[in-house]
Amino acid sequence: MHKVMSNPKMIALYVLPSLLLILGIIYVPIILTGYYGLMQWDGVSPMTFIGLENYKTLLQDAAFGNSMLHSFLFAVLSTLSLSVYMLIALVLSGQIKGANLLRKIYLIPMLLSSVAIAQLWLKIYHPSSGILNSFLEALGVEETPDWLADPDIVLTALFVPILWQYAGFYILIYYAALKNIPSSLIEAARIDGANSLQIALRIKLPLAAEVIKVTVVLAVVGSLKYFDLIYVMTDGGPNGASEVMASYMYSKAFRSFDFGYASAIGFFLLIVCLVMTWGIRRLTATKDTIEYS
Amino acid sequence: MASRSLGTRAGYGLLYAVLAAAAVIQLLPLVWLLFFSLKNNQEVFNLPPLALPAELRWENYANVWNQGNISRYFINSVWMTVLSVLLTILLASFVTFAITRMRWKLSPLVLGVFMVGLMIPVHSTLIPLFSMFQKLSLTDSPASIVLSYTAFNLPITIMILLGFYQSLPHEVEEAAVMDGCSINRLFFSVILPMTASVIVTAAIINMIYNWNEFIFVNTFISTDELKTLTVGVQNFVGQYTTDWGAIGATLMISILPILLIFFVLSNRIVEGIAAGSVKG
Repeated sequence: MHKVMSNPKMIALYVLPSLLLILGIIYVPIILTGYYGLMQWDGVSPMTFIGLENYKTLLQDAAFGNSMLHSFLFAVLSTLSLSVYMLIALVLSGQIKGANLLRKIYLIPMLLSSVAIAQLWLKIYHPSSGILNSFLEALGVEETPDWLADPDIVLTALFVPILWQYAGFYILIYYAALKNIPSSLIEAARIDGANSLQIALRIKLPLAAEVIKVTVVLAVVGSLKYFDLIYVMTDGGPNGASEVMASYMYSKAFRSFDFGYASAIGFFLLIVCLVMTWGIRRLTATKDTIEYS
Repeated sequence: MASRSLGTRAGYGLLYAVLAAAAVIQLLPLVWLLFFSLKNNQEVFNLPPLALPAELRWENYANVWNQGNISRYFINSVWMTVLSVLLTILLASFVTFAITRMRWKLSPLVLGVFMVGLMIPVHSTLIPLFSMFQKLSLTDSPASIVLSYTAFNLPITIMILLGFYQSLPHEVEEAAVMDGCSINRLFFSVILPMTASVIVTAAIINMIYNWNEFIFVNTFISTDELKTLTVGVQNFVGQYTTDWGAIGATLMISILPILLIFFVLSNRIVEGIAAGSVKG
């Protein structure tokens, strides 16, 4: 038995193809991104080693600073919106008829491609024939905004479809976590005289802490990686007002052909994502693990 | 329940109103999309947004399907998605089997290598991947897409399979090995069939990710013939910015397969997304 299940040739046969694939497609490129970041390179001509020059430029690049600011703004807004999702999940997980159907309806936008969502919301925001301004006009608003062309409101306008797309996803995760809490705990608290609010704050939220932590990481890291929707809807415009880190990297690489500089941005993005993941988990580390049995 | 006070009932009524309003907000844009996909421009601009025209213009769908390259993009999306899902599921099952059932020292390390892959942003790999594929003459080849989809979906797929494999009883393989069953036979005729239900869940999650993927196809593929639906739709809409009916029909075609699968398999999808929630 032991011999059969620890045959090195068989283990290699089962593991190596996948391992080589992710080393080749994920890990080697990550190392290369760091390496290219030290180069001046247009993607075609030979590379020139310039050390940390790209990173120095990065620190002084106001356009990059803005894109980073926008990314972090999205991260903060996404994290704040988690509390609303939790509230909805708390209500849904109570004795609500149709909870199952509702959370499925909430989830639908999450299943669609960001490109389709972006194209749909471009039409919703269309200044003259979009559904949003049609409603505003019906309500008597005379000067309807041009949502995506106005630098002051473009970020807010972009955040709405992001909320729309991911709401169901987070509600689903919270709902699943809350449903996992043994009902005996909640009944015991109720017998002890706790009301619904106390049960939510003292029992349900603490027991969902681990899941909340995961969703905060997802919301923050996910926000730092936003690309498809912004690329299609505004391409960072007007005049950089909605540029985020990923879209800035993409345009530096595939529009300006500044592959070295774009790689430095890509490597920076990787470090920020890893540090954020590690930091949030560290900050919110709980000493006791909860076990129900 | 019958003993609820009036106040509690009013409270519940309010909760339902809020929950229902949220559901309407989630659905309304899609209903509006369906409606304008059945109109011509004159109707889009003159009728109220949530009114249907006297005659539903299903020909919008036929027209975009026949005129643009939508049918080509659609077929590409289907086969690239299917091929990547099959490859991912097979490879991930191999790895998960080796990690959970076979005995070797490096197994925790290898699992770690796959799990760290969950945290790596696609964008940070894009430039080297592009240049590697270019050197190997794999840009403008479906291989670049299928390999990327498979590699980036392996970690999440392994994560979904892992818990299920760990819960399989060890007696199964002990009995099989006692009977002189080879590892390959044990895997293919005993273990793989036992994991069918979790494979379906993992496959659906993979399918949704691959069907909707944009940045790899947009970067690696420039031939129109090889584009998938997400990138194709983007280009198509870019060229015909003024024909709302055509745009609506194109978008509806691109989202219909996922919506149909959702109506049929919504419980599985819900379960799969909850299981795979670590990937953002």
